[in-house]
Amino acid sequence: MTSRAALPRPEAPTAPPPGGAAIEVRDLVKRFGADGPPALDHIATWIAPGTITGLVGPDGAGKTTLLRTLAGLLAPTSGTVRILGQDPMAKGSLREQIGYMPQKFGLYEDLSVQENLDLYADLRNVLGDARRKSFEQMLAFTDLARFTDRLAGRLSGGMKQKLGLACSLLGSPQVLLLDEPGVGVDPISRRELWRMVRELARGGMTILWSTAYLDEAELCDDVRLMNGGCILAAGTPQALMGAMQGRSLHLTRLSAPRRDVLQRALRAPEVLDGVIQGDQVRLVLRDAGQRPDLGPIQAGPEAVLVEVAPRLEDAFISLLGGGPGGDSPLAGVTREVELHLDLDPQAVIEARELTKRFGDFTATDAVSFRVPKGEVFGLLGPNGAGKSTTFKMECGLLKPTLGQALVMGIDLKTSPSAARQRLGYMAQKFSLYTQLTARENLEFFSGVYGLRGDAQRLKIQEMIEAFDLGPWLSRRTLDLPLGLKQRLALACALMHEPEILFLDEPTSGVDPITRREFWTHINALAQKGVTIMVTTHFMDEAEYCDRIGLIYRGRLIALGTPDQLKRSTRTPECPDPSMEDAFIHLIQAFQAQLDEVVP
Amino acid sequence: MKALSARRLRALCLKEAYQIIRDPSSILVAFVMPVVLLFVFGYAINLDSSSLRLGLVMEDQGPAAVQFEQTLKASGNFVVEAGPSKAALLERMAHGRLRGVVVVRGDFGARLAQGQGGAAIQVLTDGSEPNTASFVGSYVEGLWQTWQQQRGQNLARHERPMIEVQSRAWFNPSTVSRNFLVPGSIAVVMTIIGALLTSLVVAREWERGTMEALLATPVTKAEMLLSKILPYYALGMVAMALCLLVAVVLMDVPFRGSLLALFVLSSLFLGCALGNGLFLSTVMKNQFNAASAALVSAFLPSMMLSGFVFEISSMPTALRALTYLIPARYFAGSLQTLFQAGTLVPLLAANALGLALLTVLWLGLTAMKTGRTLE
Repeated sequence: MTSRAALPRPEAPTAPPPGGAAIEVRDLVKRFGADGPPALDHIATWIAPGTITGLVGPDGAGKTTLLRTLAGLLAPTSGTVRILGQDPMAKGSLREQIGYMPQKFGLYEDLSVQENLDLYADLRNVLGDARRKSFEQMLAFTDLARFTDRLAGRLSGGMKQKLGLACSLLGSPQVLLLDEPGVGVDPISRRELWRMVRELARGGMTILWSTAYLDEAELCDDVRLMNGGCILAAGTPQALMGAMQGRSLHLTRLSAPRRDVLQRALRAPEVLDGVIQGDQVRLVLRDAGQRPDLGPIQAGPEAVLVEVAPRLEDAFISLLGGGPGGDSPLAGVTREVELHLDLDPQAVIEARELTKRFGDFTATDAVSFRVPKGEVFGLLGPNGAGKSTTFKMECGLLKPTLGQALVMGIDLKTSPSAARQRLGYMAQKFSLYTQLTARENLEFFSGVYGLRGDAQRLKIQEMIEAFDLGPWLSRRTLDLPLGLKQRLALACALMHEPEILFLDEPTSGVDPITRREFWTHINALAQKGVTIMVTTHFMDEAEYCDRIGLIYRGRLIALGTPDQLKRSTRTPECPDPSMEDAFIHLIQAFQAQLDEVVP
Repeated sequence: MKALSARRLRALCLKEAYQIIRDPSSILVAFVMPVVLLFVFGYAINLDSSSLRLGLVMEDQGPAAVQFEQTLKASGNFVVEAGPSKAALLERMAHGRLRGVVVVRGDFGARLAQGQGGAAIQVLTDGSEPNTASFVGSYVEGLWQTWQQQRGQNLARHERPMIEVQSRAWFNPSTVSRNFLVPGSIAVVMTIIGALLTSLVVAREWERGTMEALLATPVTKAEMLLSKILPYYALGMVAMALCLLVAVVLMDVPFRGSLLALFVLSSLFLGCALGNGLFLSTVMKNQFNAASAALVSAFLPSMMLSGFVFEISSMPTALRALTYLIPARYFAGSLQTLFQAGTLVPLLAANALGLALLTVLWLGLTAMKTGRTLE
């Protein structure tokens, strides 16, 4: 917590510029229900005109509540909000000055692109010449001119997002509020959106962009880091990251397994936080200049620490007081996986020419891969590319049209229940019974997996201790904090000591600390020889994987370690591609190939 | 900012219209449901008994017995099946093939001659269906009485003077129950349609996240409410016209009132029904819950408390008071009047007033619950 003083204090924002702030918030409190916890807890900030400001934080931080209050959709419990000097709750012409795009874009899916535009133009009083001109502009800007007759519901995620943006831009508002426009949209569309928003800001528009992705926020002019209804820090990303200067390091040239190295590095008192990044381990120090002793980390004779540019996530983690540490108590209760001698340890999970068709649409097209014992294998791909379909066939939730999905050598088509007894599954929204208590969920899931009597009691007790669930056992699952729900879900999925674990977007929307804790557990399982398959669209989650399969248009277009994929997309213009750069490059290259074949 | 802009209202109504046209479920509710439901109500619920299957055992073959047999067969209320023995016919009744069995005793002629007619026949009915059983019992008894009376006159025997009951049904001269059931069921059908149509529309905006976008525009409360009523009012009136057409053309139910009166009453009634659905949708913000609530709150009270099946005058006082809150009560009454009696202005005006008050109640409640914020 020594770092906190080094960052700009949120409680005392410097005075607004002479021209006045576009948005000013003073001592804003918002509660839902009279005695509920505050969703916004004494927020004070101002936003300069003509900037893109990122509102960054995990789910439940209060981003959406703040945006809705600014849009006049929620009345503050106390405090004041001023947009362009006016109260958004007052009756007046302010509504026409504010563009607001809600999370689901606010489009009518059974109306065409043109009909949506017409509706919002009428509602926002955009008429006559101005209307014609802004339609032309919007359609050119969003590249939707070819699709005016298409129903909004039949547009891709990226196109919906553009249309939503176009509808909120009608009437040329001075303030644009975007609620997580990047969610559910692949990186390519997200980049395009950035280009458009950047252009708008140059024209003088004030833009507030909320996001759970810290890497996305690095592109903003100004950032408000939010957590638990408070603004933790305010400032430009450069200033926030600058305060971390000298504290971000790569531990590189490892000869020991990187998961073991990370685990040992996190034990060093100098280390605040650490993550796996491809072949390296990325560390954040408590204080610049105080590096850990490499001896006990045992990273190998050639291992060195190299200083790297800090990231916004480093600042955020530092503000939150550091990561959860690298040791998972789960390691103590997980047995070493021992495979049957007949089984090929190189193919614990296997896909053979896996194909799934829905009508004449091929969701998965002849995908083949093998996952060896103890590997963390990630499936990555844009929405609708077929990664979920592939994943669901591998864990027996969908039947393949052609090909085989094998788990521990068992064909899921012929003996699905035998296979299911060997695998654990955890989905994005944690398949827990929210009306049951934590203990009842543990009892139910252990019972489902066939545990009875003493064995069941013992296993539940182990899980309670490993995940520190003791104080929460009699709480209704619905009321548990997100991080605890995640722990409980993982505990339930591991009741029967599966040799294979399937994770479907396990940490989307979760704060970085909780995500790290989760991966600490996953690393511990992998070290014990559990084979793990995960789908994700978080790029930093992809870095944790040993290997990644990139799925696009139903096909496996790339397969390799994160560093292999990054290296393969190195170009003179982009000598050190990030995971996202690699992702975009590979997809665009494949798309170009397709376009050549079918012009 | 004006409370009502014609352009914004038109844009919202147009949007609603597109959604209606493109969403098969509202078309289904408005056009298919009334026809199906009307046929169900019109034909399946039939209070006449024109073809009850009746077994007959003739233990006496004397002239009097044969004469009675002919009367039974000619009455038109029964399909008579003669059987060899009582046991065989009872067996068929146990299988549900017969609704009742009449036994003409062996001493039928003798008993008649002695004037002990009552015990000369035996009527056995299937008590597992009490309604039908009592029909059979009373029809046969009625026939028996008539037959005895006629026989007495034929024999020119002196009879004690008796009160003669001559019944004549007014307003439904042929006493076809369909003629009063169909107008009543139109009221039930329209209650369901009205509530179902609007129960989805506000909840849908919440579920799909469009409400948020809509509220962030300069749209006013009045515009929002009207845009949720006008298009569905139009749709409801088409459904009403369809009901009328089906009743008059396909089901031969005579319509004796004026179309103008029907239009006014239907409009007022749709105000209540749509308002009811809209209120549920606004409060619940969830399509599934709102539709279930609409179905229950519209269907059951309109069926039970509208006077369409069960007469209001024979209900307990508390229930009778409750019926004043049920729009179908006024509408079912009005429709039965319009179909069977004609345009009786004082009666219809009272009903119209009741409907108007309920419309104000439901729409007022909806307006109260419609906010300009997300809370």
